[in-house]
Amino acid sequence: MASITLNNLGKVYPGGTRAVGDVNIDIADGEFIVLVGPSGCGKSTLLRMVAGLENITDGEVRIGERVVNQVEPADRDIAMVFQNYALYPHMSVRQNLAYGLKNRRTPKAEIDRRVNEAAEILQIGQFLDRKPRALSGGQRQRVAMGRAIVREPAAFLFDEPLSNLDAKLRVAMRLEIKELQKRLRTTSLYVTHDQLEAMTLADRLVVLNGGKVEQIGTPLEVYRRPASAFVAGFIGSPAMNLIDARAVPHLPGTAHAGTIGIRPEDLTVTPDGPILMDVLAVEELGAQRLVHGQTGGEKLTITLPSDSELADTLRLGFDRASLHLFHRETGVRID
Amino acid sequence: MKRTIFNNQLLPWLLLAPQLAITFIFFLWPAGQAIKQSFLREDAFGINSSFVGLANFRALLDSPEYMNSLQVTAVFAVLVTALSMGLSLLLAVAVDRMIRSTRLYTTLLVWPYAVAPAVAGILWWFIFNPTIGVMPYVLNVIGYDWNHISSKTDAMILVVVASAWKQISYNFLFFVAGLQAVPASLREAAAIDGAGPVRRFFDITFPLLSPTTFFLLVVNIVYAMFDTFGVIDATTEGGPAQATNIMVYKVYFDGFVGQNIGSSAAQSVVLMLLVVTLTVIQFRWVEKKVEY
Repeated sequence: MASITLNNLGKVYPGGTRAVGDVNIDIADGEFIVLVGPSGCGKSTLLRMVAGLENITDGEVRIGERVVNQVEPADRDIAMVFQNYALYPHMSVRQNLAYGLKNRRTPKAEIDRRVNEAAEILQIGQFLDRKPRALSGGQRQRVAMGRAIVREPAAFLFDEPLSNLDAKLRVAMRLEIKELQKRLRTTSLYVTHDQLEAMTLADRLVVLNGGKVEQIGTPLEVYRRPASAFVAGFIGSPAMNLIDARAVPHLPGTAHAGTIGIRPEDLTVTPDGPILMDVLAVEELGAQRLVHGQTGGEKLTITLPSDSELADTLRLGFDRASLHLFHRETGVRID
Repeated sequence: MKRTIFNNQLLPWLLLAPQLAITFIFFLWPAGQAIKQSFLREDAFGINSSFVGLANFRALLDSPEYMNSLQVTAVFAVLVTALSMGLSLLLAVAVDRMIRSTRLYTTLLVWPYAVAPAVAGILWWFIFNPTIGVMPYVLNVIGYDWNHISSKTDAMILVVVASAWKQISYNFLFFVAGLQAVPASLREAAAIDGAGPVRRFFDITFPLLSPTTFFLLVVNIVYAMFDTFGVIDATTEGGPAQATNIMVYKVYFDGFVGQNIGSSAAQSVVLMLLVVTLTVIQFRWVEKKVEY
């Protein structure tokens, strides 16, 4: 168990491309942190720098009290779960789980105890003598997790571990990972591009964009008060409506904003609402429906109950407090 | 996989014809001739031939020279295969570890494959020539008196080195491709699992390379037994005192120089059977240990 601290962490590739810049994150002992962002935002690079698989060009990584910039991956006391699971195909599940312990000269009895314990936690006991290729995607995922937990490391690093699974299994495994982490209380750093996964798993979210941290906060903080237009558009599904303020000049209290944000669920149909939307398309989700349209040339989406009345044009209203205002050039929140 | 359906029955045969013709003219027909000749004995002028049954084969078994050739071939094939595969794996691992100029080194290392066996033989013959060669001079400095014309060991070393050198490029290409097919994440996972570079290689990379290694083992043994004729002919001509007279060279020498067609044909049939047997054995037993 340990805390992890990233101090002004940066990475410049030999070609001069900056992948990550000035990242500062304090991860408390036992905390579950999710790094989330679009592809190419540097989140995997950041994780690999913590793991020791990428060298660090600026700043420092601390695991516990120790600066580990120059420490080999094996000696950082971390375990990693890879996107493609990275199970050793020529070894049985048991050998896969035991490999890290064997390399560390753990006594045989201790290895057996830990492997059996992990197998029981993850319910993979009956597969221990199979090869990974004889397992399904979900079972491989469990073995990959098992390989991490037998080591009893100071921290777990997850690199998009669920993205190779189908949608249903992903939701189930997500919950299992969450429960497992709560039970083991091991500090975890988890990378994903899926904002829903990020919201549901994280104690705190780190939203990354272009190698920089946009916002750090609990899922609800980030959802309720996104620090920038980027975060506002990235977190939440369906995405927040971001409208150029010039398209709706008549909205009160928005004169100084460049971009106005409002979540689809915060818009309501009211006869005297200030926004007139032309309906373009409707998506039925069962419990509710998504209505897509436009106002003043700006795209707009709203969520309505599935029994709501539809028309070619809708008048929309909102609560003033649900508006998010962002700066035109920098995208930073200004209210 | 996309399957092409031919409506015309003739077209597929037509497309296969060139390859079939080459296989027939250069392999099946001569092989058939060799089998036929192995049961015949020709007179000294090649005018008459008579059927002698298995006499040619029986004569081979009684010939100490042929038994020696079998032994020499075994030693030669093992050494060539081990040396060329070992070195090429080493080179492939070195190139795989490089970040830059991988392609340049790969290209350079592939060149020897374009050299004809006889030319390679001549090249090494010059390098190791006791009178004018570079290597004997260097070896002389460190106190070794190199002479492959009189020393059996030196002669064997020369033909092994020359033959292995030519095959390194081929093996190297396959090993490089094989190494690149091993996912980087496996090696990273092993690194996190506490395995150092050497352990990672033997625990992870090498087992995953086994399909490539197995394929190359078969190819190299066949190469050492069949394709090294040119190297031997250009360097030692089987000498000194039969020390490098491998089976394929003896086939040529007894047949075309010694004009003993019957015996030569019998030898080539034995060689053919030997390679077929070895390949079957490898597929039967060694392949079971291969991890695909």
